[in-house]
Amino acid sequence: MIISARRVLGLRPVRAAQRCSHRWNTTAALQQTTEQGGVLPSVVTSSYLRTTRDTALRAPGIKWTDESAGGSSEVLIAGRETRKMNMYQAIRDAMSNALMRDDTAVVFGEDVAFGGVFRCTMGLAEEFGRERVFNTPLSEQGIAGFAIGMAAMGHTAIAEIQFADYIFPAFDQIVNEAAKYRYRSSGQFQAGALTIRCPSMAVGHGGHYHSQSPEGFFLGSAGIKLAIPRSPLQAKGLLLSAIRDPNPVIFMEPKILYRSAVEQVPIDDYQLPLGQAEILTPGSDVTLLSWGSPVYHCETAMYMLSSPPGGLDAHVPSSLRSAKVELIDLRTIMPWDVDTIVESVNRTGRLVIVHEAGRTGGVGTEIGAEIQKRCFLKLNAPVRLVTGWDTPVPMQFEKFYMPDPLLRGQIRTSDERAKLYGLLASIRNGS
Amino acid sequence: MLMLRTLASPHLARRTGTVCRALRQARARITTQHGNLPSSESPITPNLQFISSVTQDGSKIPTYRVLDGAGTPLEGAILPDIDEAMARRMYENMVQLPIIDNLMYNVQRQGKLAFYVTHYGEEATLIGSAAALAPDDEVFGQYRELGVLMWRGFTIDNMMNSCFGNCEDPCTRGKQMPMHFGTRAYHFHTISSPLATQIPQAAGAAYAIKRDPARRGKNCAAVYFGEGAASEGDFHAGMLFASTIGSPTLFIVRNNGFAISTPATEQYYGDGIAARGPGYGVHTIRVDGNDVYAVYSAVKEARRLCIEEGRGVLVEAMTYRVGHHSTSDDSFAYRPRQEVEDRKRIDNPIARFRLFLEARGWWSEAEEGAHKARTKEAVMAAFRRAETLPKPEVREMFDHVYGGEDPWMIREQREELSRLLRKYGEAWEPWRAELQKHKGAGRELIGEQP
Repeated sequence: MIISARRVLGLRPVRAAQRCSHRWNTTAALQQTTEQGGVLPSVVTSSYLRTTRDTALRAPGIKWTDESAGGSSEVLIAGRETRKMNMYQAIRDAMSNALMRDDTAVVFGEDVAFGGVFRCTMGLAEEFGRERVFNTPLSEQGIAGFAIGMAAMGHTAIAEIQFADYIFPAFDQIVNEAAKYRYRSSGQFQAGALTIRCPSMAVGHGGHYHSQSPEGFFLGSAGIKLAIPRSPLQAKGLLLSAIRDPNPVIFMEPKILYRSAVEQVPIDDYQLPLGQAEILTPGSDVTLLSWGSPVYHCETAMYMLSSPPGGLDAHVPSSLRSAKVELIDLRTIMPWDVDTIVESVNRTGRLVIVHEAGRTGGVGTEIGAEIQKRCFLKLNAPVRLVTGWDTPVPMQFEKFYMPDPLLRGQIRTSDERAKLYGLLASIRNGS
Repeated sequence: MLMLRTLASPHLARRTGTVCRALRQARARITTQHGNLPSSESPITPNLQFISSVTQDGSKIPTYRVLDGAGTPLEGAILPDIDEAMARRMYENMVQLPIIDNLMYNVQRQGKLAFYVTHYGEEATLIGSAAALAPDDEVFGQYRELGVLMWRGFTIDNMMNSCFGNCEDPCTRGKQMPMHFGTRAYHFHTISSPLATQIPQAAGAAYAIKRDPARRGKNCAAVYFGEGAASEGDFHAGMLFASTIGSPTLFIVRNNGFAISTPATEQYYGDGIAARGPGYGVHTIRVDGNDVYAVYSAVKEARRLCIEEGRGVLVEAMTYRVGHHSTSDDSFAYRPRQEVEDRKRIDNPIARFRLFLEARGWWSEAEEGAHKARTKEAVMAAFRRAETLPKPEVREMFDHVYGGEDPWMIREQREELSRLLRKYGEAWEPWRAELQKHKGAGRELIGEQP
């Protein structure tokens, strides 16, 4: 299966990456002009990306790792700098910080030494040496097992699985070994210093094995944590938390955002808390919960709900256009932030969960069940899931597969309209 | 055929170095004639010839042996540097294993213990290799390696408490099945049931050792596994990573002829596990696993090579699994009883070493009796004590799932069990009876306020 990965993106990795970037930028740059002349938000224009130094430094939950406990953050913010980064640059920056501050930290995986097929490790081998940033043989179970062994010795192991689609050969090592290492030895040994990074989610043309969102498969493996960032600033802060968390963490990076999401990222070492969701847009009528790339689809959907572009106009009753949607980025899948979601749904009375993975056995079903248990009396409508279908991710049908393909600039096709309508309908059903 | 034991003649190469030299010379001859492939060191040859073995003449890899079946040194063999005190200690540890095995096997049959695996027939492999390691080399085991822990000082009390999973279990606190030992104090990583997973982990641990200025050049990671486990993908991964990335990993495979009911002939078609080593570029030796001196010498030299070169080294110890696979297995369903009896009589690792010791005047019949009696007594005392100790507190079930602060699901589920115990702990007979077996009878949870 890796051979196919290399065919698609790895045989001539840099060129492949350039090809992808060209496509992504093209997609991202499609600032769809609606018939009314408005501009739909997309990843590049998203209001959730922090494009100024000040908003970046004031990102909620940010914790400067050089800050003393008693220090005033106001004072310390004054001297801090930010730099415009895309997501792969922010991830590289996080690993550079981790390697700089921790002599035991190493970065390894397939093709990481020359910079990685997605450039996330560019220059790290030159900066820190091949003993600390190195290629492994092409074996995912080997990468995970080797990383667990290092972590069991207290060394920080930052392993890369080239695509989340190829994490399954390492499933045994992750679920039976990494997750249980601490419990089974009653705390004598543990693999907490282990972080596994892997690109995930759809990229527009990835087919079965370059598109998957396998986060749901890891939900039941008590002992590991799992985080998915939505932007460069998030990626750096959450990855540094993952690397330093005392538990093994799987860090899934939405690969379509590697180049398309650009924002100001603090250059200092900082962390964002694991286990905490972030409310991106407060609202009072419906809670919209997502993570990774679909967060931006949700943003577009919210915009279209308030001012539907021509053609969809008829499908959105005017009474709905003023609906106040609360958008939440879950950020950590395990353990997920039950308090924030419960508080929100208790206020709004409605919950829509959006994820790319198929519905059955996905994360949405788990969250839906828990929320229906905890918010039963406050729910005004059933919890609604907008997800991929229960099929493998299909190559030529991706736009009909993904839960909300509106951002692809294809809003005029009837199928997407149906998808949008699905989202809106759930809001209407509840109203 | 499974019992086949090559009698290593002194003329055969005992060291991989000799074989390597011969290969190099042969290779050099071919190379000068037709040159090399540009992208590898492969010499070009006009001969259409297939290869099926790693040895030049197609024969099997020889088995290194020091003492013959009667405990007499082979002609030309060099005895390891082991003095009387060390030799006696090795023998005493070897004898101790079957005494523990006998008792534990029987109490398991009586239903007092959930599960057990014996070490019958593999005593020399375990003690010989353990003695050749430094006490702080990191060890990753499979599950039939109690001897290694014993050699390091793990007491019979520790062993019994762990098997019973009682409140003094120093290994898993009653969380895993019996025989899943592990203790930080003795650098012995906790055993887990999934086979071969420990092999690439050992390679990673060895890499960490290599990066640690305090341990680099001083320690290795030793990993034990059976010939059946070597069929798993993780064996391939571990050997490959240790050789390619370069990490001082000592692979010790116990080839005892069986993986549960599957004979080694159905496990592989090649020349055992040893033949795979050279394919990974790993120094390899096959050793008579019933000859404690041969195992000691082979592992000691393997360890030296492994640390010096910072790469993997493979030792295949040829033994025979005299006991059943486990207490859940009756091995006479797939192999004749007579075969096992013959094996115990003809090629017994303990008897062989005892003959050697007695010939030197280092051991006697009287000492044998006294040691066995002492051990039996100690084992019985530890067993009786372990049997009566309560299980750990029920609360411990939720400990150590995560490091740091427990996530909400762990906290809430612990509270949920507390509520259930308060409500039903007395009323529901299965719980009432079970609570009494635990230290504190669950009061630490029942007393907890919701």
